[in-house]
Amino acid sequence: MQIAFVAALLIYMLSAAAYCAYLFLQRNTLQRLGEILLMAGFGAHTLAIGWAFAATGHVPANNLHETLSIVAWSIAGTYLLMGIRFRLKILGAYVAPLTVFILFVAIQFPRSTVQPDNLLQGVWLITHIVTIFMGYAAFILAAGVGVLYLLQERNIKAKTRGFFFKRLPSLDLLDTTGYACIVFGFTMITIGLITGMVYAKAVWGRFWTWDPKEVWSAVIWIFYAVLLHERLAVGWRGRRTAIMAIAGVGVLLFTFLGVNFLLKGHHGQFTQW
Amino acid sequence: MDRILLIGLNHKTAPIEIRECLAFTEDDTQTGLTTLRSDPAIDEAMIFSTCNRVEVLMTARQIPAAIDAAKRFLATTKQVPLHAFEPSLYLHQGQAAVRHLFSVAASLDSMVLGEPQILGQVKSAYRLATEQKSSGVILNRLLHRTFFVAKRIRTETGIGDHAVSISYAAIELGRKIFGQLNGKQVLMVGAGEMAELAVDHLVRHRTGRVFVANRTFERAVALAAKYEGTPLHFEEISNYLSKVDIIITSTGAPGYLIRQADVKGIMRHRRNRPLFFIDIAVPRDIDPLVNQVNNAYVYDIDDLQEVVDDNIEDRRREAVKAARIVDEAVVQFRRWLESQGVVPTIKALHAKLRGVAEAEVQKTLGQLAHLPPADQQAIARMSEAMVKKILHDPTQFLKGNGCHGDRAVYMDVARRLFKLDEQLDPTEIKDRT
Repeated sequence: MQIAFVAALLIYMLSAAAYCAYLFLQRNTLQRLGEILLMAGFGAHTLAIGWAFAATGHVPANNLHETLSIVAWSIAGTYLLMGIRFRLKILGAYVAPLTVFILFVAIQFPRSTVQPDNLLQGVWLITHIVTIFMGYAAFILAAGVGVLYLLQERNIKAKTRGFFFKRLPSLDLLDTTGYACIVFGFTMITIGLITGMVYAKAVWGRFWTWDPKEVWSAVIWIFYAVLLHERLAVGWRGRRTAIMAIAGVGVLLFTFLGVNFLLKGHHGQFTQW
Repeated sequence: MDRILLIGLNHKTAPIEIRECLAFTEDDTQTGLTTLRSDPAIDEAMIFSTCNRVEVLMTARQIPAAIDAAKRFLATTKQVPLHAFEPSLYLHQGQAAVRHLFSVAASLDSMVLGEPQILGQVKSAYRLATEQKSSGVILNRLLHRTFFVAKRIRTETGIGDHAVSISYAAIELGRKIFGQLNGKQVLMVGAGEMAELAVDHLVRHRTGRVFVANRTFERAVALAAKYEGTPLHFEEISNYLSKVDIIITSTGAPGYLIRQADVKGIMRHRRNRPLFFIDIAVPRDIDPLVNQVNNAYVYDIDDLQEVVDDNIEDRRREAVKAARIVDEAVVQFRRWLESQGVVPTIKALHAKLRGVAEAEVQKTLGQLAHLPPADQQAIARMSEAMVKKILHDPTQFLKGNGCHGDRAVYMDVARRLFKLDEQLDPTEIKDRT
């Protein structure tokens, strides 16, 4: 398991290097290489996580190390998934280094697991964890796309045509990709919240306990629901959506880490170390 | 190498009055090639003529005679006195001729640096030469090399990247905003050559309906007919702002036609879909403050000119890289040509046969280990003698006693017959096929 994890990290690093080289040199082979390496890294990473799952019978998200590792895994996976439909090559130069960065943070924390209370079992729970993480990953991607959008919009408005002008795709593609990320992420966290509530009912006998984590998750859900509603109703797009997508990740980070560190509540084992 | 000659003139050396007198049509070229081929001083020939250049490429044994013949040929076929254009002519020989040809095909010598048509023009000139059988071993190889180099430069450098005309720069910007232009609706306000050129480009990118507004409605009707579009009255413009995606303005109006408030008001109507203004009017038709409205983008003529200037500068930088690729290819070609000489060919022939004989002798002697050393040496000597005897006549022939006409043809046959060029790098083998 350790071997697969280390291999994944190394391959991700190579992928990040290839994507960065692509950013500067603009050779399509580099992008292709980065993509293949990212897939390979994702494969190794999946193996590592699957291995841990097979060994313990629960999703490996019992300490900060494991949780961050799953975050990185979700980001790489969601990017690859979105890549099937949206060919946003340049986004790899954001995703691959981000994945590496998160894994580097992850290995700063000890891997040893405190014996989990047998909470992390069952179909509802697995679905809950996986969909929530994928939703988070999609929102993080949307924020990345939002940054690219703002960069490109600035280039066009200010007529500067700098480093990024040639390298970034059209505003339209960036906007639709960001939108697709948000739709995907919203769908995922909706499923995640529902399965979470079903699980809560099964374990604690109540759907909703006003735990800080639950409240902040609801805040995220409402935030993105408003964003989508405005787009559909009055055609919010472009700059405003991009800024909202970036702001959304702030709320997301607070819910994911801030709530655990500052407010306590259940979900505590996610971030223990 | 010195047998390769290139004589001609181009937009840098000759004014249009001379170039148009000397330009060759396809028919002219065909008859011209026959004339050149029949000249005893010239072995191979190709004529390359575009609106910016007329060049004759040839290989020759008697160089001064061939140069004279080519000059006379230009003067007589085109019936222009030689003294009228002789000062404009340039003459390149050997490496310089090869380098010039490579540069021309890669569009490094073009009026618009990096323009893509030139390679196709070189190709059709070469096709005519092959049809008239006026190209031979050397020109065939040289031209295949040329196409390879030109393609390599196009893919490996940015020589052809990015627009170098105002109207095309506008299209490129449009694509950075909209991604795809197809289906986008265009509103043209006013008329003018540059505006029409831009609309032509847009229509070629399969944009949607074109609306044309003009102060004189008849003019609008006429232009709309050209693009199968819809003519509009000038007063209708504001109604259509919420409908169209790309607006090209070029009126003679003294003040702004469209102001910030006009655009702000309609953005909600159009659900914030992007709106791209191309303002080629002087004085400007679009208030520059419109650019500050979310999802509205304004480029005026100066902005576009700046884009073009930058792109030209980029192409110049890329041309330096391209020149390096050309130099490399010239060296490679020289090496190939040298290997085609008499001495290298004969040497290669001897080496090949001796290699075969030696290998066979070794193999045989391996099974005859019982023979005394003296006998073994006798067998080896015999095989060497056989090789020498066999090669004697071909060697004499290639040295020139038997070669009539173009020696390069015999060298080529000899090399191919004995497969002496096996160690060619794969790219070179590829462009033979």
